[in-house]
Amino acid sequence: MRTIVSALAASTILAGAAGAAEIYPLDRATILAKSPFDFKVELDAAHGEADIAVTVNGKPYAEVFGQPAAFVAEETDADGATLGSALILRDLSLAEPGRYTVEVKAGDETKSATWEVYATAEAPRVRNVIFIIGDGLSVAHRTSARIMSRGMTGGKADGRLAMDDLDHMAFIGTSSTHSIATDSANTASAYMTGHKSRVNALGVYADRTPDSLDDPRVETIAEALRRTTNKAIGIVSNSELQDATPAAVVAHTRRRGDKAEITGMFHEVLPEVMLGGGSAYFLNAEVPGSKRKDDKDYIQLFRDAGYAIATTREELAAGTNAGRLLGLFHTGNMDTWLDRNQLGKGTVDKFPDQPGLVEMTAAALDQLSRNEDGFFLMVEAASVDKMSHPMDWERAVLDTIELDHTVALARDFAARNPDTLVVLTGDHTHGLSLIGTIDTEKPGDDMREKLAVYDDAGFPDYVDADGDGYPDSLEVKRPLAIFSSNFPDYYETWGAKLDGPFVPAIQDGDGRYVANEAYKDVPGAVLRTGNLPRDNDTAVHAVDDVVLQASGPGAEAFKGYMEQSDVYKVLADVLALGTDQK
Amino acid sequence: MTQNLTRRSCLPLLAAALSLPALRPAAAASPDLSFAELYSSFSALGLEFSDKVKQLTGRKVSIQGFMAPPLKAEAQFFVLTEIPMALCPFCSTDADWPDNILVVYLDRKQTFTDPNQRIEARGTLERGSWTDPETGFVSQLRLRGARFAKV
Ligand SMILES: [Zn+2]
Repeated sequence: MRTIVSALAASTILAGAAGAAEIYPLDRATILAKSPFDFKVELDAAHGEADIAVTVNGKPYAEVFGQPAAFVAEETDADGATLGSALILRDLSLAEPGRYTVEVKAGDETKSATWEVYATAEAPRVRNVIFIIGDGLSVAHRTSARIMSRGMTGGKADGRLAMDDLDHMAFIGTSSTHSIATDSANTASAYMTGHKSRVNALGVYADRTPDSLDDPRVETIAEALRRTTNKAIGIVSNSELQDATPAAVVAHTRRRGDKAEITGMFHEVLPEVMLGGGSAYFLNAEVPGSKRKDDKDYIQLFRDAGYAIATTREELAAGTNAGRLLGLFHTGNMDTWLDRNQLGKGTVDKFPDQPGLVEMTAAALDQLSRNEDGFFLMVEAASVDKMSHPMDWERAVLDTIELDHTVALARDFAARNPDTLVVLTGDHTHGLSLIGTIDTEKPGDDMREKLAVYDDAGFPDYVDADGDGYPDSLEVKRPLAIFSSNFPDYYETWGAKLDGPFVPAIQDGDGRYVANEAYKDVPGAVLRTGNLPRDNDTAVHAVDDVVLQASGPGAEAFKGYMEQSDVYKVLADVLALGTDQK
Repeated sequence: MTQNLTRRSCLPLLAAALSLPALRPAAAASPDLSFAELYSSFSALGLEFSDKVKQLTGRKVSIQGFMAPPLKAEAQFFVLTEIPMALCPFCSTDADWPDNILVVYLDRKQTFTDPNQRIEARGTLERGSWTDPETGFVSQLRLRGARFAKV
């Protein structure tokens, strides 16, 4: 079937047109009643406006939607070639819940899509939502964090993670609109809008035109909260704030790399608390360290909007009386727990006073809880993913422990404020597995033979003498053995990367990623020939389901298998986003 | 080009401290400037150029580094980085440049090298924000009229 479709597509392209008719939102979209979204019809050929017939549930569409769409006689691709006609209606909203079947006819082109418009509870069940995302959080991260942090005796964990005791659980399907595989943009966007999208896209359906900022938009949770409530909004991440996951709370772009524009989108929503990295896109182009191309000074623009600015852990700890808080602790992504607390590698020499995720979340909760109408806080542990890509497992697992301490903080807040829903989830998974330990004391130089599996694996010997939940050192005799199912060419060095974050592969002159020779002479290093296409620099995301957990009012709605976009429906329902509460 | 749209990496370029003994030439000519000497301070509110950079601005300098994969084969400039780029910000939408890069404008066409090859670039040091008219690429620090050689 796939072959036939491809052959048809190929012949269509040869005939001078590209693609087929499409309706946005896509078929099977679920839409929050009264939430604004863009309606778009893309046709394969150029048609006269009068030749395009669109009905909704059998009635002329303009009657149901309340207004006609703008007609585009011809959309063009990047080279100016025609893509066909289009209809675009921005900021449409549907108040009446139910099924809406849109049918399009133009010449011999036909297309239909059915949406489900849903209502929510009339009154909110929670005051606060703390939505915590471990970027790339997979089952092996959790298992490894539990064993490394708490230890294990006789096959039973010597302690539990905070995330182990959340009350409800669901498997989440993360696939994107065009592929079973996925990235942090469309996955976080599904959580934060209730709509699935395409790889690299945030808050939009990916249309066919080259402009990344004109794609049909859907409402983000921040916009919905502003429209219907007086809740405060907080965003915390140890990545750049413009990175896909934090950006998903507010952004609309086909291209997650539009970081300068995303900074502007934060400024449009003005979340009360924003803590993370990525100051380079706040600085005007004249300032060394800026990555903007214009003279916009977003530091000043946020100051003008009443924000207190913190740039170090010390400044964050000092607190503020201002109603709004912007913490920018790095020009780029912040450093990992391991580098900040034990090794001083990465960029810690340049940015020595960065707060950790727990401190940032505590500061956010302190600030947001002053709002009498409650808050929505999104917290992202970004480095779980950023260190899983280069297969730097110790950094990824230690950042998972830091994530768990953040969950503990959120649960503690919820214990004191029981009208709080706490959600912990990943956005997508990685292909890592914990398979045993490495018996470093086994004689010989052949590291492969020191990999201890089955009965030989025993238990690792991490020590946490100071009881902070983190191992005091990674230099142990029997570390965990974690591997990725997929990888570029790289040198396996069989242990913690104590010299700095791992860089497995670098690009050669032909654009192919080859093993980084910097690790060739590490004792015991073994060249592993990759199984990924050679244009992949690091390990990729897995398609495996994410495990979501939640506690608090409404958490029981999380169960079984759920599409990522349906998580938004639960949030909308407990927050009663279908009801005007202002 | 579809590959370039796929999600590839969030690998941060934190590897400044990574030692690269295998890639370091045995005997390199002593350069006038090194990547470690570019900035005197780092803050989220901006970086500060070092006194050495300020003094050498407008003068011919040499600096060693690695050529990042070029934006276009025929581009007028390339980006010089302290360590080989593990990812290509020109190719991948979520990859980003490290703070410390130097843009090198060549005075005549030169064949681009393997990104693993350490090179020494020599040209006139220019400071201040400048947008490349052809590509829109913004740089803070550049070499003009430059040439480079393998080291
Ligand atoms: Zn990722």
